[in-house]
Amino acid sequence: MTLPAPSSTRATARPLTDEEVARIRNDFPILETRVNGHPLNYLDSGATSQNPVSVMEAEQEFYEQRNSAVHRGAHTLAFGATEAFEGARATVAAFVGARADEIVWTSNATEAINLVTYSLSNASLGLGGPQARRFALGTGDEIVVTEMEHHANLIPWQQLALRTGATLKFIPVLDDGTLDLAAAGTVIGARTRVLAFTHASNVVGTINPVAELVALARAVGALVLLDACQSVPHLPVDLAALDVDFAVFSGHKMLGPTGIGVLYGKAELLADLPPFLTGGSMITTVDMHTAEFLAPPQRFEAGTQRISQAIALAAAVDYLTETGMGRIEAREAELGRRLLIGLSDIPGVRVLGPGLEAERIGLAGFDLAGVHAHDVGQYLDEAGIAVRVGHHCAQPLHRRLGVTASTRASTYLYTTTDEVDHFLATLREVAPFFGVRS
Amino acid sequence: MTSTALQQLYQQIILDHAKARHGSSAGPLAALPDAPLPDPASGELRLAESHQINTTCGDDVTVRVGVRGDGTAAVIEEFAWRGDGCSISMASASVLHDTVRGVTVVEARAMLDTYREMLRSRGTIEPDEEILGDAAAFSGVSRYPARVKCAMLAWVAFEAALLPVVD
Repeated sequence: MTLPAPSSTRATARPLTDEEVARIRNDFPILETRVNGHPLNYLDSGATSQNPVSVMEAEQEFYEQRNSAVHRGAHTLAFGATEAFEGARATVAAFVGARADEIVWTSNATEAINLVTYSLSNASLGLGGPQARRFALGTGDEIVVTEMEHHANLIPWQQLALRTGATLKFIPVLDDGTLDLAAAGTVIGARTRVLAFTHASNVVGTINPVAELVALARAVGALVLLDACQSVPHLPVDLAALDVDFAVFSGHKMLGPTGIGVLYGKAELLADLPPFLTGGSMITTVDMHTAEFLAPPQRFEAGTQRISQAIALAAAVDYLTETGMGRIEAREAELGRRLLIGLSDIPGVRVLGPGLEAERIGLAGFDLAGVHAHDVGQYLDEAGIAVRVGHHCAQPLHRRLGVTASTRASTYLYTTTDEVDHFLATLREVAPFFGVRS
Repeated sequence: MTSTALQQLYQQIILDHAKARHGSSAGPLAALPDAPLPDPASGELRLAESHQINTTCGDDVTVRVGVRGDGTAAVIEEFAWRGDGCSISMASASVLHDTVRGVTVVEARAMLDTYREMLRSRGTIEPDEEILGDAAAFSGVSRYPARVKCAMLAWVAFEAALLPVVD
């Protein structure tokens, strides 16, 4: 076993108490919803989180008081909108240990990864001038991902390999659902130009050893992209300290609205990277044949931006910061333990990924012997419980773990211990209902 | 906690078929003959298959049909399938096997239309057991739009497999 022991620096904060969670829940109107005659038990925050009132109000306030285009126009509203939009960038940047000019708005995390891959292929075509040559990929170069990636962090790299002639390799997953770090040392080699991997798995919930993987990439001079979609919403993340080159995360998984994602890029890299989308708002001077581009982040933000979404995302970040990311992490660690212990006590349940010994976020993916995930989800839904079923956009990982589909329960700062217990008690009824004996 | 709605969806006949999987091949289906399909008028058996995937969950079904005869006399003589999926998709493949084997292509297609119409009705169409037989048990699925694909998977594969063997 080469996995390092869980780091002692994690989860040292005091977990949110049940009383605090009860107060937090008052800020989320949707949690009052009833589903099929039962109170909603929302255990699908790993797919999309719910919004506190402050986030919805931020978006509404923008449309009521400041709606106008940003970075153009000299009128008062346009100035106010620009200030709020750039203020949101600074808020999100500070939240992840970045500088404001290292934060690029995108529609979602998927677009952020595509932005990087298309900018790299533009560099491979010779665009971006001599300073972009460092990003050029070609035959013989290698791109490394892992077998546990969400499709969003796999397919854009497959496509980049096809466009450039580079080879796509991957770090395999072990039987216990963790990365084969011994193999990583050989998969990442002298030809590796890019390493892209997820910070926390959306299926098995494990937190990957970023420092170890970054060190392997640094040793061969490869760029590192971190998929932080499942980490930034759930634990304190300092991207500068992690020393990754690029990172992506999405607003709707961290109490924000849909339609907004974030690309982080080290300033010195973004400065040399050619753009992906082009058009208005990202240029300095234009003639009929050529254009000069703005400095980052505007270079990567062509066209009218997602202004209200960015502002609402900053409100979400404020909510998380005020609650305390360390305390959220500690609370979810408790809920995650409760889930894992409860699941392992139910006949026929196989938790995917490692058990309590591994560092993990507050979610659990599992298989129930003899009952398909869709049927599990249907039964739970009838009791008001929302879980994710299917392949969770990670078909290769499911194949590796020997299942077609799985069920995932994921928690967040508003999840109660009663909800976890209710889920576990209801899950216990599923196999008997389908006539499966264990 | 078991609601009536849930029991309507998962009728016993569905749970039984999901386990029994009539007509399901334990191993991979044998490769189809390489030769071009025989002429319908020749009276030879014409084999074709279709593989369908439910992109929501990754469930998959391969349906193979063997048709003999021409025009309105064409009969579904063979039906085999193989797949992996939820109880609704597996049971519907099993019921489909029992329902269409030995019937004419014309009858099978009429059944397919009736079945599809029932599933898309959001619970507004009472199933016609005379036409659908055991397939009428899937009427509860129509109240769960997310599960209609599950109930249709094998039937869509069947429909697609028929195309090359029926003129």
